[in-house]
Amino acid sequence: MDDLSVKTGKRVVVLGAGSAGTMMVNKLRSRLPEEWQVVAVDRDDAHMYQPGFLFIPVGMYKPARVVRSRKKYLLPGIDYVESPIEKVVAAENKVYLENGLVIEYDYLLVATGTQIRPDLTEGMGSGALWFKKVFEFYTYEGAVALRQALQDFEGGKVVVHVTDMPIKCPVAPLELAFLLDDYFRKRRIRHKVDITFATPLDGAFTKPVASHELGSLLDDRAIRLRPDFAIERIDNDAQELVAYDGVRIPFDLCITTPLNTGQDYVFASDIGDESGFVPVDKHTLQSTELPNVFAVGDATNLPTSKAGAVAHFSSEKLIENMLGLMLEGKEPAERFDGHANCFVESGRGQALLLDFNYDTQPLTGTYPFRRIGPMKLLGRSRFNHMGKLAFEKMYWGLLMRNKTIPLPADMQLAGKKWED
Amino acid sequence: MPVNTINGYNFEVDAEGFFEDREQWSEELARELAALIDIEVTDEHLKVLRFARDDQAQTGSTPTLNRMNKVGGFVVADLFSLFPGKPAKKIAWLAGLKKPTSCV
Repeated sequence: MDDLSVKTGKRVVVLGAGSAGTMMVNKLRSRLPEEWQVVAVDRDDAHMYQPGFLFIPVGMYKPARVVRSRKKYLLPGIDYVESPIEKVVAAENKVYLENGLVIEYDYLLVATGTQIRPDLTEGMGSGALWFKKVFEFYTYEGAVALRQALQDFEGGKVVVHVTDMPIKCPVAPLELAFLLDDYFRKRRIRHKVDITFATPLDGAFTKPVASHELGSLLDDRAIRLRPDFAIERIDNDAQELVAYDGVRIPFDLCITTPLNTGQDYVFASDIGDESGFVPVDKHTLQSTELPNVFAVGDATNLPTSKAGAVAHFSSEKLIENMLGLMLEGKEPAERFDGHANCFVESGRGQALLLDFNYDTQPLTGTYPFRRIGPMKLLGRSRFNHMGKLAFEKMYWGLLMRNKTIPLPADMQLAGKKWED
Repeated sequence: MPVNTINGYNFEVDAEGFFEDREQWSEELARELAALIDIEVTDEHLKVLRFARDDQAQTGSTPTLNRMNKVGGFVVADLFSLFPGKPAKKIAWLAGLKKPTSCV
């Protein structure tokens, strides 16, 4: 490996080698000329298939299935440094690592994602019930611990909870609620379990078309809904979630989604906002403050879902913007439209498919999937569930291998039911 | 797109009555709207609404209660007394913004 403490030629540094970072650093390496040095940094060598966290608690995935080597998915010719990051000093164009290395860069791409912060809610991360009766499933440790807790659970009140937006994959808590309904049915103890979904938003489905199409889904599964629930703290003695207006929700098992922020090092750097996310132009993904800094994936402040699909579709525009600027000095002109699509588990072996962007809410109709055929949008189907399971192979085999998936980066209106 | 009219103010709204265009908002209109949900607008209310609008202009998203607290410096309990029941939603509506949403 090259000595990174001195910079001789041109260098781009990518922070984070998860979904977004791996996709981008491979694109950069494969398209930049030899003389460019491409550096990737991450704190460990454990690349998580994060959509799999949903399936670990309910026993559909074995934990080990979601973890692979980060290094194994980086193209030859990428300098990989394994160390936590201390800070970025953009004023010096330097990244300071906890292992003592200081890496100077010409261009920087931030792809270090988001983290959960249970410590920011009173009685959550610091409470006596944390990882005993209060769990999360957004980390490997959390998903595995919840899996055990569910196995030991014999009945009572389960609350699936969202603290406040933004959170990674906003629909995951709802998916888990549906899968829990299945899980307890299979264990033949569903009648002993009372499931509640508590959200700070005004419903489980918040977009008009989705709300109209899917509004009855919770009722159908006998899942209670507690909308507009703004949590203040968890009362560990009483085993209750307490809202600012005094409303309480008792639980025997709480599966919460803590507040999300950017990574710790961002707060020590001069590249992020108050929440530790990197402010970028929502179309070009260039930092709004620093022309030689870009960000992608959950680490950004994009006004859309923190989701792998956003990282994927935006990366196809971002690579052109970065290469144009780096090689030809061109102003970024490729525009990301906020496109995302995702399969949403609805239980009973079915899933929904969502497809939307900054301007268009999820609509009904069909999604024209090349070579595979139309997939039903915003409605439940077995085929969509198979799609969700099959995506794991596409993730490791195509997306993380610098190969393209035959999906257009811009959202298409073809197939969608459109009313004005 | 439906248009609501109150005391001579016209503004386009979505299916749930939230503003389609934040530029059709004014403080006077906010006062009219607030009266409909039994809120008498004070300077305290206006501080909150102005912060929500400034923040949305900057980020593209309607601020959450957590953000109003952390970035705006408002005490969440105060927001509950100023905008009883459902402060996040009421603030969004009175500030001429979209309600906070998920992806679906």
